[in-house]
Amino acid sequence: MSTASPVIERGTVASRIAGCGVAIIILLLAVAPQFLSAGVVDRMTALFIYVILAAMWNALAGFGGLVSVGQQVFFGLGAYFTIRLANAGLNPFVSLFVSAVIVGTVSWPISLLMLRLRNGEFAIGMWVIAALTHLLVNLDRLIQGETGTSLISLNVYDASTRRVTIYWLALASMTALLAVLFGLLRGSTGAAIRAIRDNEDAAASVGVRVTGTKRLLFVLAAFGIGVAGALWLATAITFQPKTYFSVQWTAYMIFMVLVGGIGTFEGAILGALLFFIIETWFGGTGVWYLIGLGATALVFSLLLPRGLWGTLEDRFGWRILSVGYRVRLPVNASDTTGGTAPPAQVTTSREKA
Amino acid sequence: MTNQIVQGILLGGYYALIACGLSFMFSVMRIINLAHGSLAVLSAFALWLLASRFHIPPFLGLAIVLPLMAVIGWALQRFLLERSARGGALLPILTTFGLAIVIDNVLFEQFGADTRSLAPFIGSLSYDSWEWPGSLYVGKLAVIIFVTAVVLLGGLQLFLTRTGLGRSIRATSEDPDTAGLVGVDARRANAIAAAIAMVTVGLAGAFLGMRATFDPYAGATQLLFAFEAAVIGGVGSLWGTLIGGIVLALAQTLGATVHPQGFLIGGHIAFLIVLFIRLYTSGLGLGGLLRLSTGKAS
Repeated sequence: MSTASPVIERGTVASRIAGCGVAIIILLLAVAPQFLSAGVVDRMTALFIYVILAAMWNALAGFGGLVSVGQQVFFGLGAYFTIRLANAGLNPFVSLFVSAVIVGTVSWPISLLMLRLRNGEFAIGMWVIAALTHLLVNLDRLIQGETGTSLISLNVYDASTRRVTIYWLALASMTALLAVLFGLLRGSTGAAIRAIRDNEDAAASVGVRVTGTKRLLFVLAAFGIGVAGALWLATAITFQPKTYFSVQWTAYMIFMVLVGGIGTFEGAILGALLFFIIETWFGGTGVWYLIGLGATALVFSLLLPRGLWGTLEDRFGWRILSVGYRVRLPVNASDTTGGTAPPAQVTTSREKA
Repeated sequence: MTNQIVQGILLGGYYALIACGLSFMFSVMRIINLAHGSLAVLSAFALWLLASRFHIPPFLGLAIVLPLMAVIGWALQRFLLERSARGGALLPILTTFGLAIVIDNVLFEQFGADTRSLAPFIGSLSYDSWEWPGSLYVGKLAVIIFVTAVVLLGGLQLFLTRTGLGRSIRATSEDPDTAGLVGVDARRANAIAAAIAMVTVGLAGAFLGMRATFDPYAGATQLLFAFEAAVIGGVGSLWGTLIGGIVLALAQTLGATVHPQGFLIGGHIAFLIVLFIRLYTSGLGLGGLLRLSTGKAS
């Protein structure tokens, strides 16, 4: 390699340090229940579920360009199939994941129809699917309409075992799903995904399998949100269709991703953290809290469409969990990575959100 | 059976009314407004407030609410949609969804969870009916709504084809840049189109309040009805929304006869079937066929 040729990097020093940091954080979280009170463990479980929701919605909207306002369908189905499987005698903890696999399977035929819709049509089309599924689940006698039912079989475990097991399952699911998404985005599919994100038609013209890639993201997101719904059921025990199939879940996902930074891997996680903090502080204020969430989402989409992380990334060239490529021109080797001229191949600039 | 079909067709008039604004905005600005249903409910609450607090009957209240809705439409386009549309096709979905959440919850904050209706303020009109041959009883209100829908759709069609303003709106919807070259102010045309769409939404909200009950979170259901009727009829086709509305209403009526909870299910399934046919026969669904025979409506 000649000295003049550019250096292609997959990350920065910061991102390599961050990689180690993430491993340490996960280890610390894994042993955390030993030191935390029951209430805090429950809240942390909720946080993990939020991270899953944000990351999955971001995978679909931020990377696949598919904005859905019907993702609550997979959340509700994840919980519903768990109830059904547990009722059939399967171990409740096993049911959580079998249920998510079923949700992923169900999402495939849905994708055949819905992925032919574009933009707003896809968004509301998914909402129709969610509304229809909600009504059909209500017809199931086991659920007893809006009265709902409970995951009774979980009661054989005592409260503290249950709490810690669900905590670990949520942590493991979150880590695994984020790892899968990260691997997907870093691998060869990742290039295709980002090409679609930036310009679908152009991506198709250079031979990217647009529909296949989108379908992959759609099924992954359905599976992940199914896991989240099943885990939520495990923490809440009661299943009321109205709660699980509520569009509120999608509103939360949109809020988290929009504030954190749509289309950035770290942004969704940051958004989930912020949402978690806001909910802890203001969740008790009821309707004003919801007005605040809606207004914040509105303001971000108007004024800061790239979200907090997207904006910081643009301005300072931050990469923590880098999924893209960086091309460094060896003009001045002593230059810091942040100071190099932004090369065209770095996937930072986006025309379309 | 005939009775149910007639009622279904009349209900379709209401769906056409709520769908035409959504369809119109989509055909002009390529934006699906997710706050559509919430805005209709907002209009219903405004009329309810006028009637219960200031004793202004709903039909008179429209004289206040409809201009207000036009202003809201204009402002919506100028301050929200125009700005977010510049960021690509996905941002307006998020913006209008955020707006819908704000409207729903502000209404909830102001009016509480109670379901309301405008029926008590329109006297006997809410239950009066005509007897048609064959001992068919049809509600006067349902007929009024249906006729309003037909007149509104016809009026919009005439406005778009016969007036200069209508032509400039159509030109903008085809190609804003080229329209700009020949002297059409695209921003103005879009803002006027949004104002018109919101007037139809206001009218739909009024009829929603008169024929049924509503609550602060009723907007989502209305949005789905509007969207389904628009898609069944072929998005962007004005007369298509009437067909779409009728198909939706008939499917719901059929659903309700099959199962007590089948009303909504029937509508959703009809929507998915039409969508399936439309997508797998390259655009030649009900609306597509209709558009072929009548030319592009807008």
